[in-house]
Amino acid sequence: MWEQLIEDVPRFFGFWNLMFLGQALLNTLLLSYLGAAFGFALGFCLAIGRHPRLYGIAPLRLLATAYVEVFRRIPFLVKLMCVFFAFQLSGAQASLFTVALVTVVLSAAAFAAEIARAGIESVPAPQWNAAEAMNFSRWQMLSRIIAPQSWRVVVPPLFGYAVGFIKSTSIASQIGVMELTYAAKILNTRGFSALLCFGTILVVYFLICWPTKRFGEHLETRLGQRPQA
Amino acid sequence: MGLTFLSIQGLSVSYGGKADVLRDVSLDVQRGEVIGLIGPSGSGKSTILRTLVGLLKPRSGTVTLDGQVVDYTSRASLRGARDRFAIVFQQYNLFQNMTALRNVAIAPTLVKKRAKADVEAEARALLARVGLAEKVNAYPDELSGGQQQRVAIARALALKPDILLLDEVTAALDPELVGEVLDTIRALQRDGMTMLIVSHEMAFIREVASRVAFLDQGLIVETGPPAEVFDQPRSPRLKEFTSRILRH
Repeated sequence: MWEQLIEDVPRFFGFWNLMFLGQALLNTLLLSYLGAAFGFALGFCLAIGRHPRLYGIAPLRLLATAYVEVFRRIPFLVKLMCVFFAFQLSGAQASLFTVALVTVVLSAAAFAAEIARAGIESVPAPQWNAAEAMNFSRWQMLSRIIAPQSWRVVVPPLFGYAVGFIKSTSIASQIGVMELTYAAKILNTRGFSALLCFGTILVVYFLICWPTKRFGEHLETRLGQRPQA
Repeated sequence: MGLTFLSIQGLSVSYGGKADVLRDVSLDVQRGEVIGLIGPSGSGKSTILRTLVGLLKPRSGTVTLDGQVVDYTSRASLRGARDRFAIVFQQYNLFQNMTALRNVAIAPTLVKKRAKADVEAEARALLARVGLAEKVNAYPDELSGGQQQRVAIARALALKPDILLLDEVTAALDPELVGEVLDTIRALQRDGMTMLIVSHEMAFIREVASRVAFLDQGLIVETGPPAEVFDQPRSPRLKEFTSRILRH
């Protein structure tokens, strides 16, 4: 088995395979980071729209809450299928990549909304009262008082989830999105050893996840420091 | 002849569907007056101040400020009222993410859109006035309770309020820090600042207040000059209250 493996290595890391894996890596990165970026942005909007002291309008609040509660409790694969069939039913022409991206965005938004809610609520009511009594607008309260004080609560779990989404994108291989896991499957069916195919993407996944986590930690310490006046 | 500066008529406040925490409270305040609000805990003293700045909604009654009725259901009217009141809280409520200077300067620059340089010069002067010139760049958690409360007073003064509302501003302080805050308030009284002061510091109220209102269970039971209220209480409830305080 080992002899076969060693024999395979130079052929496996040939130019075309590397191009193929590179393309897959790019898709994984796009799905994860674009998905997380849009998802987090949408999630923050949801958290703000849901908060009774910010922009909460009752029916909107109910809708946002229902969305957040439901989407956090459905497995990624099921969400993926739902989005897939939703696109089919609507008749919209969407690539498999788009279906996967929308799924990542929708689930990232639900988790980010919950994290942001916890962040907003970590700022004690007296801080709000002081700002409100001084005629701060809601946006001024949010941007000057609430957000700066909640980052430290929000950032660590956010990056925890970001790493989770990188791993979840592998599930998109189930509908045939050409990302890392799907690429490994294809190379495996072309006759390369499973150990080599999946061992390689294992290393690649780690190389994406680890710096992401480190960046989150870096941001966390940065936010802990105070700007000198 | 003094037109009543602040007039509270028949103010009732309830929250959480419970019985009224304020019941039919009426109080007239002239410009330059210092009103001491005293009474047992839960009697509604703080509720008056919080209602004036719109942190609680009145159920009924009217507040007239400088001849204009404040409509607490209208955003514009409420903004107008908040422009003229400034409140200092028991727990200081300084913005934790800002230095002392920024705490004092933020509302005038952000809300009142005044030039930053002017406001910061004023803020430095105000901090110097409350004895904290050295601490302009300190964050709240680097300051003692007494220092934080003085920053909070400077922050309120930076708004150039017509009426300053002080809500048990020494209640959370260590006894040895109370003096520095009271000195600051005494200086304001000498400058003619109109103030409503909720406090348990009876000796202090007696000294600075021009009039004292005694509240019990959401009602103003008695009002009058400090000497009268403290030395010749008429109602049994106030008699009981003052005798209990004097025993301390």
